Amino acid sequence: MVEQTVQIISNERDTDLYFRLVVRAPEIAPLVQPGQFAHVRILPVREALLRRPFSIFQVSGGTLSILYKIIGRGTEVLARMNAGEELSLIGPLGHGFTVPRLAGETPVLVAGGYGMAALYLLAQRSPQKGVVFVGGRRRADILCEEEFRALGWEVRATTEDGSHGEKGLVTQALLTELKRRAPGRKLFACGPTPMLKAVSQLAARFNLPAELSLDEHMGCGIGVCLTCVVPIKAGKSWEYQRACTEGPVFDSQQIAWDAAA
Amino acid sequence: MNLSVKIGRLTLQNPVTVASGTFGYGIEYSQLVDLNQLGALAVKGLRLEPVRGNPTPRTVEVTSGLINAIGLQGPGVDGFIRNYWPFLKEFKVPTFINIWGTTVQEYAEVARRFDALGGVGALELNVSCPNLKAGGAQFGTDLNLLSRVVAACRKATKLPLITKLSPNVVSIAPYAKAAEAAGSDALSIMNSFPAMAIDIQTRRPSLANVTGGLTGPCIKPIALKLVWEAAKAVSIPIIGMGGIQSAADAIEFLMAGATAVAVGTANFYEPQTALQVIAGLRQFMQQKGIRDVRQLIGSVQTGK
Repeated sequence: MVEQTVQIISNERDTDLYFRLVVRAPEIAPLVQPGQFAHVRILPVREALLRRPFSIFQVSGGTLSILYKIIGRGTEVLARMNAGEELSLIGPLGHGFTVPRLAGETPVLVAGGYGMAALYLLAQRSPQKGVVFVGGRRRADILCEEEFRALGWEVRATTEDGSHGEKGLVTQALLTELKRRAPGRKLFACGPTPMLKAVSQLAARFNLPAELSLDEHMGCGIGVCLTCVVPIKAGKSWEYQRACTEGPVFDSQQIAWDAAA
Repeated sequence: MNLSVKIGRLTLQNPVTVASGTFGYGIEYSQLVDLNQLGALAVKGLRLEPVRGNPTPRTVEVTSGLINAIGLQGPGVDGFIRNYWPFLKEFKVPTFINIWGTTVQEYAEVARRFDALGGVGALELNVSCPNLKAGGAQFGTDLNLLSRVVAACRKATKLPLITKLSPNVVSIAPYAKAAEAAGSDALSIMNSFPAMAIDIQTRRPSLANVTGGLTGPCIKPIALKLVWEAAKAVSIPIIGMGGIQSAADAIEFLMAGATAVAVGTANFYEPQTALQVIAGLRQFMQQKGIRDVRQLIGSVQTGK
């Protein structure tokens, strides 16, 4: 983990409320593993203090990029920043995905909305190609489909309103596929919590290994403030573990979904 | 130039420490911050047993501040000694072990355990956490209980005792005096302010615990006034804290009467803050021709 002041190379609209930010971060970029994140301090936001965590989307030499959605004050200000302006980054942070092995299970990726951002490096660095299921409410929520295809992956899109790909939830498309063929596959998912819960249930039903990247509110991002805790099974009971440190990627079977309710 | 100050019999190389609960157990920040530069490091609050903490959401960002209701999640005394102490004890910077309990006896027992451990800098008695059903602020807002907790810990250990007071009292002076009279070597002023936030879309409180403790730059002027009042009431040193994010903030606390300061919430968004405060303090003293940081302590001039 390194803290670095970085310069924005570009910050452009992708679709609708989604933006792509590219920064020069030569001390951080080479260290990034799939599924890790950067904790970004958006310096012009004075009254909102905390850094914002973003999955690291792509890495190229000394640059890295982030694919983000405007969801609040921090990302609103970020979206108005221009090339040449500076941000403070701490990264790479967190425990990411296990990169598939050539002889191991066939990877199946499942993404909801900007969850795609957390999966790109995994797809790129996996020696085995597989299928990516990507879902969103409407067409604008389906991101970087072509970039996954360019890596040699099959992409199956679903939208809830049917404006792109198959109509329905991404987990419905996944269910259909797993009914067709499940053994020998492994799921990797990132998206909203209800989607991850559904993926977790499918993994259990078909007896498949699954790694899930949880999207939690964070404070410090390095394991101190204990904001981002999630219930994880421990012996016969459970304990809170930190999404920023032990996660954001957890083994699906280890998550005690309803423990803290 | 002298930056060193004394807290009880303990000498800090400079007056800038990090506040309990905002720096974990030191190891988490050690890749980003040179811990040996700090004046002291206060670890997150510990009681005898491990603590699971409150349900989520546990924190919410508000204008220039943060409300938290973590519930003192922690590994307990044994877990801390096993997992964190071997790392922490290697640093030359004094460690303040922040302790709490649900009874006077538990406070004293935890104090005894750390007394026996050896190598601890000081014990900070947390009598002011606003987020616990039992323990915490109930001890810090009752003069009789406060005196009993401090006196019991005083009997249990020879380590310097720092009592971390609650801001949630009508006047802080009697509490500061009570802690001093019961044998506290210093005071930490202060813990977080009880606060809440509501999500107007869902009509739900923003925190699962409904209320929490407010920290960050928005509380600084209130904390400063409490330090000033307490400093007039006692002769033991005060560690001032509440929203410090720059050397200027820290210097205000020193001038109000604090002997040392603690950087808290700012660690979460800028891990270098404490080191920046030390550098800025040095620079200020150089510019003003101040040779000893102790010349700043309580130097605010309120007369005409």
